[in-house]
Amino acid sequence: MSLSTEKRTLLCVITEAVLEQTLLRDLDRLGVRGYTVSDARGRGSRGIRDAAWDEAANIRIEVICARALAESTLEHIQARYYANYAMVAFLQEVEIIRPQKF
Amino acid sequence: MIDIVVLFFLFGLVAGLARSELKLPAALYDSLSVFLLLAIGLKGGQGLATAELGPLLPQLGAVILLGILQTLIAFGLLRSIVKLGRADAASTAAHYGSVSVATFAVGVNWLMTRSIEFEPQMAIFLAVMEIPAIMVGIVLARGIGRDTDWGLLAHEAFLGKGVTLLLGGMIIGWIAGPEGLAPIKGLFFDLFKGALALFLLEMGLIVSHQAGELRKRGFVIIAFGLLMPLLSALLGLACGLALDLSIGGLTLLATLAASASYIAVPAAMRLAVPEANPALSLSFVLGVTFPFNILAGIPFYHWLALQLTGNPS
Repeated sequence: MSLSTEKRTLLCVITEAVLEQTLLRDLDRLGVRGYTVSDARGRGSRGIRDAAWDEAANIRIEVICARALAESTLEHIQARYYANYAMVAFLQEVEIIRPQKF
Repeated sequence: MIDIVVLFFLFGLVAGLARSELKLPAALYDSLSVFLLLAIGLKGGQGLATAELGPLLPQLGAVILLGILQTLIAFGLLRSIVKLGRADAASTAAHYGSVSVATFAVGVNWLMTRSIEFEPQMAIFLAVMEIPAIMVGIVLARGIGRDTDWGLLAHEAFLGKGVTLLLGGMIIGWIAGPEGLAPIKGLFFDLFKGALALFLLEMGLIVSHQAGELRKRGFVIIAFGLLMPLLSALLGLACGLALDLSIGGLTLLATLAASASYIAVPAAMRLAVPEANPALSLSFVLGVTFPFNILAGIPFYHWLALQLTGNPS
């Protein structure tokens, strides 16, 4: 027996913790219905972000949704935040169950 | 004799510079800052419970003007002498126009250690002076109107963690008065120095991370980071004299004026002026001004206060 799954897109955004409220508001406005936020740390072109204190803290926001919404959200984020903030965002195909949820 | 809490700062600084493995949990830093803000608020509120509130309003107006003036002066100097771009100059100026709770706490501790009294409203000054510089900095960076979400920023500025905790603590202290506060005195007042010492250990580690940025730009950062607090302290002393503050009050107002924000303002500027480089502003504030204030500034401002009031001891 195989599990019946459907394809959706996972949008993952890793960025500065200071942007959390602003980004979540944007997601709501763009029609995203749910998301998961976790604390993150790492290193990139803007140096080590080790979360030792607020200014150096990162977050990781994950959204699973339809491909079209994921793409338009990523485009919005790229246009608005890429230039000035430490940010990595990418899309990934995922298989989900309970398709009505996403 | 150097204050014991400052030794903890130096310890963190040296450990960080030596690339020690030492790392305090981020949750501890957060908890300690909540503790310090509440303790300062409670202490101020307790004092206000027995003080006249009438003269307070004009005093608040005066310290708001002080914060605005400092921001404008810092912006002018950063544009003309340090030659920063508009966004970076405005953002850094806002840091200098605002205040640092940690510096204030070290100042309070310095005065308490020497049994020097100061006015209870200093805690209100601390809360009030945090905000105007943020607004002025944003206006300097992008003018009034146009794509600035003032609602969001006002929320960030007035209901940020710092101001909320300070005002909350103050209101509790004011309602409870010295007697009502007695049951929690052990935690918030007696442990203040120990908590401050731990907090400064973490500050030492944070400051040590600024070394790289300092090496990159070197002299200008050090020069501005030292001169701006001295200039601000003089403005603070002048304001304090006009308000007829005590020696302790003068020292603390000079310390507040000389201090530069590294929590509330960076967060607000990051949102409102994203093109400004946050690492640059923090290298001024944390790399130079904060260590200068707690190591040499506070005793010097006290000495200046004594000279200005004509009772050198």
